[in-house]
Amino acid sequence: MTRFVLGRIGFYTLVAVLLAFFTIPLLWLVTAPFTSDPTYEVKVPDFTLDNFRAVLEHPYALPSLWNSVVLSVGSAVLVVVMAALAAYALSRVRLPGRDALLYALLLLSSIITGTAAMVPLFQLAVELNLIDSQLGLILILTGGLLPAAIFMLKDFMDSTPKSYEESARVFGASPLQIVRHVVVPLVRPGLATIAVWAVANVWGNFLMPYLLLSDVEKQPAAVITYTLYTEGGQANLSMLSTFGLLYSIPVVLMYLFVSKKYGFRFHGGIKR
Amino acid sequence: MAQAISPPPEVVREDGPARGDSTDAAGLGRVRAAVFVAPALLLIAVFLVFPALWVLYLGLTNYRLTGVAAAEPQFVGLDNFIAAVTTPAFWNSTWLTVEFVLGSAVIGQAVLGFTIAWLMRDRRGTLKRAVEGLVILAWILPSAIVAFLWVALLDRDSGTLNAMLGIPGFAWLLDHPMLSIIIFNVWRGTAFSMMLYGAALGNVPPSHLESARLAGASSWQQLRDVVFPHIRGHILTNLLLISLWTFNDFGPFLLTAGGPDGRSEVLAVHVYKVALQAGELGHGAAVSTVILLINLVVAVFYLRLLRSKK
Amino acid sequence: MALRKRSMGVVAVITAAGLGLAACGQSSGGEGDAIELTITQNSIQGGKNAKTAEHIADWVIPQFEAAQKAKGKNVTVKFVPSGVDDEQYKTKLSLDLKSGKGADVIDIDGIWAGEFAEAGYIKPLSEVVGPEADSWDGWAQIPEAVQQMAAFNDKKYALPVGTDGRVLYFNKTLFQQAGLPADWQPTSWQEILDAGAKLKSSGVPVPIQINAGTAMGEATSMQGVLPLLAGAGGEVQQDGKWTGASQPLKDALGLYQKIYGGGLGDPRLQQEAKGRDKSFQQFAEGKIGILMEGDYFWRGVVNPKEGVAPMDDRDQAVGYAMIPAIEPGKGLRGQDFVSMSGGALRTVNPNSKHPKEAFELLAFTLSPEALKEETKDGNVRITPRTDVNKEILAGEPLLTYISEKVLPVTAYRPPVAVYPQVSVALQEATAAVVGGTAPDQAAADYQKKLEGIVGGAGNITTP
Repeated sequence: MTRFVLGRIGFYTLVAVLLAFFTIPLLWLVTAPFTSDPTYEVKVPDFTLDNFRAVLEHPYALPSLWNSVVLSVGSAVLVVVMAALAAYALSRVRLPGRDALLYALLLLSSIITGTAAMVPLFQLAVELNLIDSQLGLILILTGGLLPAAIFMLKDFMDSTPKSYEESARVFGASPLQIVRHVVVPLVRPGLATIAVWAVANVWGNFLMPYLLLSDVEKQPAAVITYTLYTEGGQANLSMLSTFGLLYSIPVVLMYLFVSKKYGFRFHGGIKR
Repeated sequence: MAQAISPPPEVVREDGPARGDSTDAAGLGRVRAAVFVAPALLLIAVFLVFPALWVLYLGLTNYRLTGVAAAEPQFVGLDNFIAAVTTPAFWNSTWLTVEFVLGSAVIGQAVLGFTIAWLMRDRRGTLKRAVEGLVILAWILPSAIVAFLWVALLDRDSGTLNAMLGIPGFAWLLDHPMLSIIIFNVWRGTAFSMMLYGAALGNVPPSHLESARLAGASSWQQLRDVVFPHIRGHILTNLLLISLWTFNDFGPFLLTAGGPDGRSEVLAVHVYKVALQAGELGHGAAVSTVILLINLVVAVFYLRLLRSKK
Repeated sequence: MALRKRSMGVVAVITAAGLGLAACGQSSGGEGDAIELTITQNSIQGGKNAKTAEHIADWVIPQFEAAQKAKGKNVTVKFVPSGVDDEQYKTKLSLDLKSGKGADVIDIDGIWAGEFAEAGYIKPLSEVVGPEADSWDGWAQIPEAVQQMAAFNDKKYALPVGTDGRVLYFNKTLFQQAGLPADWQPTSWQEILDAGAKLKSSGVPVPIQINAGTAMGEATSMQGVLPLLAGAGGEVQQDGKWTGASQPLKDALGLYQKIYGGGLGDPRLQQEAKGRDKSFQQFAEGKIGILMEGDYFWRGVVNPKEGVAPMDDRDQAVGYAMIPAIEPGKGLRGQDFVSMSGGALRTVNPNSKHPKEAFELLAFTLSPEALKEETKDGNVRITPRTDVNKEILAGEPLLTYISEKVLPVTAYRPPVAVYPQVSVALQEATAAVVGGTAPDQAAADYQKKLEGIVGGAGNITTP
């Protein structure tokens, strides 16, 4: 019995430490926006709404959040649809050189997210006439995210049971119907995870949107965040903290929605 | 494409969820499988493979963002690579990156992620949702904002941490820059490992755990003898992905700008400084290529590990 | 089968999009009489340099369009704001210009002129626009030194937008407590150190802040090692050759050693990623006695109205003095006092389809009326035109001081592509000295790095 009690105490202590570790860095984000003239110090706010008023008056702040939604949702949809189809096919059918190809692409995807790739990507976008086009940016970002998404989803598809697909086939369903009505429901939590992963990646991306979109009306919140500085490079903390809070809320809402609707797991659903 | 319904020749060859081996249960056939893969591959070919090969080529030129070498870049062969590997800053960055990957990803994120997943495996309700929600929040917040949060936490004069510990003036970012960015990256990236292990643990048959417990196995023995053998594949997938991502992670720049005096200049930050701040794109591309080769070694290492334990 | 057809359709659409067949081109081409111009700056409404952006959008563009209409021309102008970090703005401009894109009228930092010209990104105005660029009536109002900023190989590539200068700011309240005069003007480095020692013994936590290290980036060069180098009679580049481990460099690094090794400065501040922001904050809080900074510090930092570290009593509490040479007469060109300056340039994109109209717009933004409009309501800065400066700087003692006393003795950085790397090497040398390395050793290490950057010892002199 004492062992059980000690175990409980140990468990709750550990959980308390974990909660503290993950909560304390967030304190600034919930106090600074409500403080007049915030600094890096976390203080009890004086609950002013002036900072929010300033952000609302900013000509590009709120529209940029919408642009972020367009870019990240667009990329996430493309990533999920394409990765799901590809991962399913790669999982079920032996294509020559499949594994080597996946690993090679995964490695190349890390070079493309680095700074050195900006010139090739920019010139490619110029050649394809995709400059200043949100669609073009979505395609470029999707290309960079796809290998890791396929890699993760294939792992996942590999471990789902095949018996349902076989029975569906017996009833004459076409492969695409099987994917839509049998496989997707099975892997839905995994797809949701990949979608959130893709959104989070695009949501915070600054360099490519800045380089490829000249028109400020098309630029996402990440770019606008980097303009909230002075001519000498000093951060405008009241604007940055407030806009940062608004900028974070959509991804938090998305997480809540996804986790409620689909569960938030790689391999949910069926247990063997 | 004629036989829409007739089963293709390669049907079930072996039973069970053999990883890496496939059973064409849906009757896809190679042609339709290729059609399924085509859109993704096309996009990858145009927007990933092509520019990536271009980067490899740039590494062989003296191309710069501005100046004479921008107008007429010259082919310089392996000069950039020789220059890169003879720079002390490059080796400094490489070792720091190894430290960063081992500390924050392989040890930090993977162990903490597994611990949380293990602690929360049988729980439902508010506590589980609160813990998982917070961990995931740290993962999905935009990095431009996260940087400010951590400066506010670690600042030596007015930082939250020093205020809580009662040690004003303790310069975390200056005296322990690597420790700071390692802890930071554990905070930032644990969510991915937590979710992956959470899912993997869900697939461990409860009956196996139950019989181990009845046989008097301690928690550690259960983990070692029942859980780990079951999730070995997931562990390696997880380690591979987080190692690659951490290797190329630019996050530390936002916290320390590579400083003080290059003591937290990991490779991704090194490339940023060379390519963007100094404008030496050819040199930057060469360093990126070396990073790619190191990543290749890491990937092959994990693959070997996966195969040998099978 | 229907399902499969749809899947093929999806593939086709994606393929088309991926290959860019769904094109939506740039629309700066003129159709008929209508002319469309674009103008870009690293400024944005609501963010960086907001007032300048508002001036362009709300005053320059409507006024210019109206003036053109009066001449019977249908010209519309679009402002393309940016407002990010200068390095990223530079990257984007370079990529745009390289690809034959970019706005018709663009702002660049003066220091980029050489590398942009070498890359062919910008061209001499007389080539792009025609003879009217050289005969612009504003040139007569711009001092020779400021004109030089816009020139490369004796050709004018742009019009100067403004300039600035560096001084030593000091906190008069702290000076009074330490028994130092309110009209302090040191005439040698020793007098700075003496003042620092007095401040220290009167309990000032950070007597002297002269930027050092790599974390502060170019601020270390412009408000630190370069003015000191000039004060010791040196230059980073002379007659096309780079200066190695020269005596002036050793002297400049020696001053760092005396300040940071002697407890007169805070060495940790130089290492912090946000060190410069903190130095501003600490000055405003009365913790720093003497600070070397540009006029931006007065306008944008301690400005009681809209500074990032506002001081309500700025006009009474903040004093300023010229940066002295190491000893009278030992500075650059034999001067007693020195400074460094930079400034922005505005030019016409060589890819512009309407260079004449673009130049008209460019010249209009630098006309006396436009500059007066831009600098009213507390947005004063030093413009390139002496005729305008006389009027707008009247109520601004510091800017008048810089314009009249400092600009005649100032110096500019070499506008060439490798300068940013040389600058980093200089910053590293200061970091080493602050960290305890001997100045001679740091200077020797600098020379070694310099050889790698500028292509061998043949391009280096060591006077």
